[in-house]
Amino acid sequence: MHRLSIRVLVVLTVLAGTIYLGWRWGFSVAWDNWWIAVPLVLAETFFLIDAYLFGLAMWRIKQRGPAPAPPSGATVDVFITSYNEPVWMVSATARAAVKIRYPHRTWILDDGERPQLRQAAQSLGVGYLTRDSDWADRPRHAKAGNLNNALFFTEGEYMLILDADQIPHPSILDKTLGWFTDPQVGMVQTPQWFVNVTESDPLGSQAPLFYGPIQQGKDGWNAAFFCGSNTVLRREALMQLGVVGYVREVESAVRQALRLGSRMLTRTATEAKDQGPEVVAALTSVRRAAHDAMRQLDAGHPVGDVTYAFQQQVDAASRQIVDRDVVAMRADLAELAALAVGTDEEMGGVIIDDVAIGHLAQRDLSPLGALESVRALVRAIDVDRTEEAQPMMPLATMSVTEDLATSMSMHAMGWKSVYHHEILAHGVAPEDLGTMLQQRLRWAQGALQVLLRENPLTNRGLSVGQRLMYFATMWSYLAGFAALALFAAPVVFLCTGILPVRSFDLMFLLAFVPYFLLTQALFCYVGYGVTSWRGHQYGLALFPIWIRACVNGVANVYFHRPLGFAATPKTRQPGGGIPWRLIWPQVTVSVVLVMAVVIGLTRLYTGQADDALATWVNVLWVTYDLLVLSVIYRAALFQAPETTKELTR
Amino acid sequence: MELEKTIVGNAAILSCSGRLNMVAAPKLRAMVDQTVADGHARIVVDLTDTSFVDSSGLGALIGGLKVTRQAGGDLRIAGAPEQVTTVLQLTNLDRVLKSHSTPADATRDW
Repeated sequence: MHRLSIRVLVVLTVLAGTIYLGWRWGFSVAWDNWWIAVPLVLAETFFLIDAYLFGLAMWRIKQRGPAPAPPSGATVDVFITSYNEPVWMVSATARAAVKIRYPHRTWILDDGERPQLRQAAQSLGVGYLTRDSDWADRPRHAKAGNLNNALFFTEGEYMLILDADQIPHPSILDKTLGWFTDPQVGMVQTPQWFVNVTESDPLGSQAPLFYGPIQQGKDGWNAAFFCGSNTVLRREALMQLGVVGYVREVESAVRQALRLGSRMLTRTATEAKDQGPEVVAALTSVRRAAHDAMRQLDAGHPVGDVTYAFQQQVDAASRQIVDRDVVAMRADLAELAALAVGTDEEMGGVIIDDVAIGHLAQRDLSPLGALESVRALVRAIDVDRTEEAQPMMPLATMSVTEDLATSMSMHAMGWKSVYHHEILAHGVAPEDLGTMLQQRLRWAQGALQVLLRENPLTNRGLSVGQRLMYFATMWSYLAGFAALALFAAPVVFLCTGILPVRSFDLMFLLAFVPYFLLTQALFCYVGYGVTSWRGHQYGLALFPIWIRACVNGVANVYFHRPLGFAATPKTRQPGGGIPWRLIWPQVTVSVVLVMAVVIGLTRLYTGQADDALATWVNVLWVTYDLLVLSVIYRAALFQAPETTKELTR
Repeated sequence: MELEKTIVGNAAILSCSGRLNMVAAPKLRAMVDQTVADGHARIVVDLTDTSFVDSSGLGALIGGLKVTRQAGGDLRIAGAPEQVTTVLQLTNLDRVLKSHSTPADATRDW
């Protein structure tokens, strides 16, 4: 595959797309019918931007050969992460991991803390790690937490991360470690490939376009990202993220606490006079201390010194007040601090709840109550980060897709990543629709969380190319809304004759068909003919999942609603028959589409509709929609072959 | 890496000589834990003879800061040579931990 021919195809595609969309916006939108015309043209614009981003990735597609020879004497830990997978499955992976040729230590990271798995690890002679007691009653952060815990019990320079079902090839380290001879490389990702998938792959598990041209294209921009498994990471890169993240969290939490503290103290200043000169003095000195602390932080004084000095001053001030008063007010305080400084149950991470802070600041605290609250607050979010199990969280905990978030931070710190296009581990894909949908929902929600929390477009550490490559992944998850317009427009026309475009005439076809065909050709060509159609189908057919992910993502990031994290089960979930509950939106849309065709054709034959060309274009359009949606029925009817267990055992 | 502990007044001075890297970090952590358990929650980590520190080494300092603060004490660093200062700046850890010139300087207000 020549880079030049890809580039020619990319240019032709986006050129055709730009001409088409330019014409659409300028001359073809039926503004009178704006309620359907505008959604449609916006949807088309969405897809054109998607094409631009895809073209940009393909522009720099990087097909690396083999890695340089691996460094000799490097220390490597192999981490097998498990939560609830069967013991036989984890053991099989561990057995294969032991056989990896490059010298290493193998560890099972068991978040399920199962005695049988501990025993299995012992008999295989591999390490076994569970969370230590610091994690009790603190946010666990799912897989990211599991890995973060293990990082502090091991000391290898590199680590290979494997999901419980990913059987590694003995050469996996020999073939990837060599990339780290470039001291700036922080991560090497290899493909995920599944053994339990039939040729037709109705669940769309294999992602040949993603673990292929897309990652290679991102790699060209130094933006190949971490996909959670079959990945080698450099400890130094992760630890650096941990230190930087720690500093960021501590500084912002301490500032917020001081700000809130000052507000509370100011409110009670007048009231303090009634309580005697000692109280006034204590309050004044703490207010001054909080003020000084803020000023010192602004002036660049280290947070550690500032908080230490502040604590000392508050302690000194409190000593001026008799114990009797202090005891009386304490009861109130635990509650107060808990109110404002909560932890996000699912993601963890301190949430200093703005609403709660508002309440707290307005509440009629006694001056002493205010004083003690400030102390409790600052204590709660001191430099030791007591709200977390460990002060450093090298793997990102701000998203349920910790992999995507972590590699973005890594790139922003200046590290390089490598996509090594060679299958070096074999795993097990979900075998039923429900599990698959759950997995896609998690990916989409995770990507949207990252977009909303740390928008890559405004991340100053990233190059422009990297920003766009990360953004591309998140952008594609907005397809659900565009899909709705693609379904709605032909239905509206066939049933009512209302057109979203000025007309479906020859001019329309001349503008649209080349763009459409070139897009298909580009996908076909870069995908080496791989079935990118399946991916295209799912991009649209899973519209309910994508829309739900957007809604949940916004609710989570802006309104602190939990997402409900679920690890993807690696084994077949019980239950038979067609899961109507999961696919009712697609069924509804399909029924509406078919009815629309019947109505449209009836209207044409009875003379109610006069534009035959438009009717046929719309019937064709509906056929396309139905073909796209058909994938969900195949998936719902799909029964995975029973041989899976044998294959992976 | 060599670790040496001296008690000066109410402070414990831990001197690290050599490389404070991913191999040495657990040792430093263990020593801080032990020192705090022995009743010395005010610790100065003397880096004068530290030839190299990586992010895992910084992680051990952060871990130590947590342990000492929770015991009502503090952890401070002193004598950081140029390489260490550079790493502190690169990771912004100098925003949290101030590098004192000498252990005596670090313990002045204790």
